[in-house]
Amino acid sequence: MALRDEDIREILRIVDETPLAELEIETEGFSLRVRRGEAAASRPHEPLSPPASETPRQPVVAAGGDAPREPVVAAGGDGASEGTASGQSQPLDGLVTIASPMLGTFYRAEGPGEPPFVEVGSHVEPDTIVCIIEVMKMMNSVPAGVSGTIVEILPDNAQLVEYGQPLFRVRPQ
Amino acid sequence: MRRVFIANRGEIALRIVRACRRLGLECVVGCSEVDREGLAARSADRAVCIGPGPAGQSYLRDDLIVQAALGTGCDAIHPGYGFLAESPRLAARAREHGLRFVGPPPEVMELAGDKLAAREQARLAGVPVLPGREVGSAKEARALAEEIGYPVLIKAAGGGGGRGIKLARDGSELDARLGIARHEAGAAFGDERVYIERFIAAARHVEVQIAADDRGEVVHLFERDCSAQRRYQKLVEEAPAPGLGASSRTSLLEAAVRFARAISYRNLGTFEFVVDAASGEFFFLEINCRIQVEHPVTEEVTGRDLVALQLRLANGEPLGFSQEEVTLAGHAVECRLCAEDPARGFLPSPGKLEAFSVPSLPGLRVDTHCHPGAVVPPFYDSLLAKLIAHAQRREEAIELLLEALGQLEVTGVATNRALLADVLASEEFRRAEITTDWLERALAAGAIGPRAVGATGGAGG
Repeated sequence: MALRDEDIREILRIVDETPLAELEIETEGFSLRVRRGEAAASRPHEPLSPPASETPRQPVVAAGGDAPREPVVAAGGDGASEGTASGQSQPLDGLVTIASPMLGTFYRAEGPGEPPFVEVGSHVEPDTIVCIIEVMKMMNSVPAGVSGTIVEILPDNAQLVEYGQPLFRVRPQ
Repeated sequence: MRRVFIANRGEIALRIVRACRRLGLECVVGCSEVDREGLAARSADRAVCIGPGPAGQSYLRDDLIVQAALGTGCDAIHPGYGFLAESPRLAARAREHGLRFVGPPPEVMELAGDKLAAREQARLAGVPVLPGREVGSAKEARALAEEIGYPVLIKAAGGGGGRGIKLARDGSELDARLGIARHEAGAAFGDERVYIERFIAAARHVEVQIAADDRGEVVHLFERDCSAQRRYQKLVEEAPAPGLGASSRTSLLEAAVRFARAISYRNLGTFEFVVDAASGEFFFLEINCRIQVEHPVTEEVTGRDLVALQLRLANGEPLGFSQEEVTLAGHAVECRLCAEDPARGFLPSPGKLEAFSVPSLPGLRVDTHCHPGAVVPPFYDSLLAKLIAHAQRREEAIELLLEALGQLEVTGVATNRALLADVLASEEFRRAEITTDWLERALAAGAIGPRAVGATGGAGG
């Protein structure tokens, strides 16, 4: 059974509309575990900045047959403006943002002249390296942390990125 | 120098932003995630988030700071105080990448950081040091302590700023504490060396403000008295030092300048001394290679902007004034308003400031990054504001500060306001008779603070 974006969104909507804290679905060749994020749970009355109808408070999701042990999508009620800066967040359009885990220089390739790790349209798995952040000659590989397709690459190559700055937009699968 | 990277937070980051503005320099504040909305980050030309809230992942990362400074096109780094302000590593790393570091060169910082080496240099420069030296074995320590006379202080060579100090009143205390002191010094500073010094029971803490340019010109900007301390943390500071005789003052200032010249000191620095309240004798304690929290009292009485001076000196400019041109006008007293609760063992009290307003009074200056709605994060020191009163006479400055504390409005977090008022209103402080042990004794005795008769308590105030 293949899981489509719509299916995930539908599941999230159900979880969001119920007081469920955790949900686990298992069928043949497929398992899905959905857990409400602590950040969202701890701020139940905080107003959402974008229109509420389009921005359900996102639960934490872990999906896939060979389930990665970590939740790959995490977002507070009001997206990137607060909460944990690094990691991924899923705003209104269903895309996931890969944020910079540290301040440093953003490099799209291993070295000059080498092909970029990913391009728009590339398929990534959670452990796919998407870029390098350099801090004082220390090269830090950044994994996608999510499976999906790269939709947008935000910073220019060799640009300084801040801690928590959005780097990539990914359509999750 | 065109653009300055400010590697700090809170009131001092804001203070540096203002000095940059005054000099026509651009500034970038490197802030942690929780300080993004802080006044310093919002006041700068640009702010970059260098890491998460805990200082170990942001303000204490010299690699991130240099990277951020380079990436934002800065040509200098101002470290403020605390965090990496006295890190030779940051200074060296900045220099390595062609950035100016606003402070003395790394070699001077290394010397100042090694309290034993600094002590030895002081002695060589003819500056009085307390009787004492490095000790190895317990037997050696005993012999030295008996030669000096009890009580003695056991100090860590890598310590400083009041950290790594233990008192031993007799031989058995010395035996018991020497090993612990050595072990703690190794753990805290990565340096197990300890030394023993004579302990002065009735001591005043007096420090000399020094400024030196790249050509080796050195001047002092008089002294400050910071004897109101709790656990070696200063609470109230003033300039000039009261109760210091004219001849003592002259030789103290001369000694500091002589010492600064001898070690090729550069930029701004503070040379700390302990003054024996009984005899007026002074002894060198340590050098602080940074702008101090209490610098405003010196600014008020000398009329000079020390942070702007720091930046100009870091840019290689000459001092631009002579010793004779540094004059004293009036008296200034500062107190540190902190988000901590004296009634609960000075427990830090982070939270959201509901109300925060400081009165506007002639002669009152308030250095703060706080405002209503500002969050006091749990990760950093609890300083909310520095209230500085400047008047013709010391008594007037004290009155003004008491009036300011009375009119201050702070809710949302507990503060030490009531304690500050108790200190300023005490007979001992008014008569300039307090020594460095006074505050803790007075607190313990219930003469001041939350246990005092008629105390209003610190909570909510």
